[in-house]
Amino acid sequence: MSLLDYFRSRLRPTSAQAAKERLQIIVAHERGGNNDEPDYLPAMRKDILEVISRYIAIEQDQVNVHFDDSSDCSILELNIALPESPTRISTTPPVVATETSES
Amino acid sequence: MVAKIVVVTSGKGGVGKTTSSAAIGTGFALRGLKTVIIDFDVGLRNLDLVMNCERRVVYDLINVINEEATLSQALIKDKRTDGLYILPASQTRDKDALTVEGVQRVLDELSGVFDIIVCDSPAGIEKGALTAMYFADEAIIVTNPEVSSVRDSDRILGILQSKTKRAAEGREPVKEHLLITRYSPERVKKGEMLSIQDIEEILAVPLLGVIPESKSVLKASNQGLPVILDSVSVAGQAYGDAVDRFLGQEVEHRFINPSRMAIFKRMFGGE
Repeated sequence: MSLLDYFRSRLRPTSAQAAKERLQIIVAHERGGNNDEPDYLPAMRKDILEVISRYIAIEQDQVNVHFDDSSDCSILELNIALPESPTRISTTPPVVATETSES
Repeated sequence: MVAKIVVVTSGKGGVGKTTSSAAIGTGFALRGLKTVIIDFDVGLRNLDLVMNCERRVVYDLINVINEEATLSQALIKDKRTDGLYILPASQTRDKDALTVEGVQRVLDELSGVFDIIVCDSPAGIEKGALTAMYFADEAIIVTNPEVSSVRDSDRILGILQSKTKRAAEGREPVKEHLLITRYSPERVKKGEMLSIQDIEEILAVPLLGVIPESKSVLKASNQGLPVILDSVSVAGQAYGDAVDRFLGQEVEHRFINPSRMAIFKRMFGGE
């Protein structure tokens, strides 16, 4: 590395900085994210989100599914922040069962 | 007499747990503490090779747990350092042979004879690693300045705080010490490697020592010599400092800045 490279490298973010930032994020996530949460939680989170978005236009990050496992009981906490004026996706229920009444 | 139990752990493999166990255990003995190093890596033992006693292994930890041998039959007295013993792991059994009750019994018996018990943990977070740390009073977390090692160390810290005997009994938590190995001040300076401060900031564990990347570590293990006995090498000296700090001395960190030669090379376009 020459003297010129040395000063040039001061300007760009280094790979060590990238490493540090990535680590800070993943470590914070893994510490906060309860490591004892059941395996099915991510899939369930996805299903719940799907069901809700069938009725209300909602962003993914507005649904918060949290699992708490203490020694004597487990709590599944579902926290959904609804938009200020919920826009309904459609007025008819998504299950198509209206046609069958005529016979 | 109650011995202090120290686990050397990391989560990730290949970061220097056995090298560090051998060096630090030898360091304790050199400072007059009666020391035993136990290899918990059942099925993949290597402490015997690093300590150059592989041909003297007759009985092992699992034999003692299963009462097929007594402790005095299984303990190997180190030929170089007074007051230092090695308890090898079994090479043929699997980790299920390690029982908490069995290990408890062995540690209780050792505790009456030794000042300090160093538990060399296997990699991973399975039974061998969990048993090695379960009874620990203090833990040395060996970390390389590298993303996967730091992440695994963080995971191990979480387990130390929740799955040890001290945690189960609600006693004072296991005292944690960070040992950074394979550190290269030159590469840190270039921005190619996580710095001591970066790692400390992420893991938030008091720093016990920094072992610089050094050719003498491989050379020592080739010969079955704990690197701390190579008192000329920077790694050997850094381990010596770490041992002194562990025993309560204030020692300034050395070898954490680029050597003058390296700065010189950098300025004028050497490698």
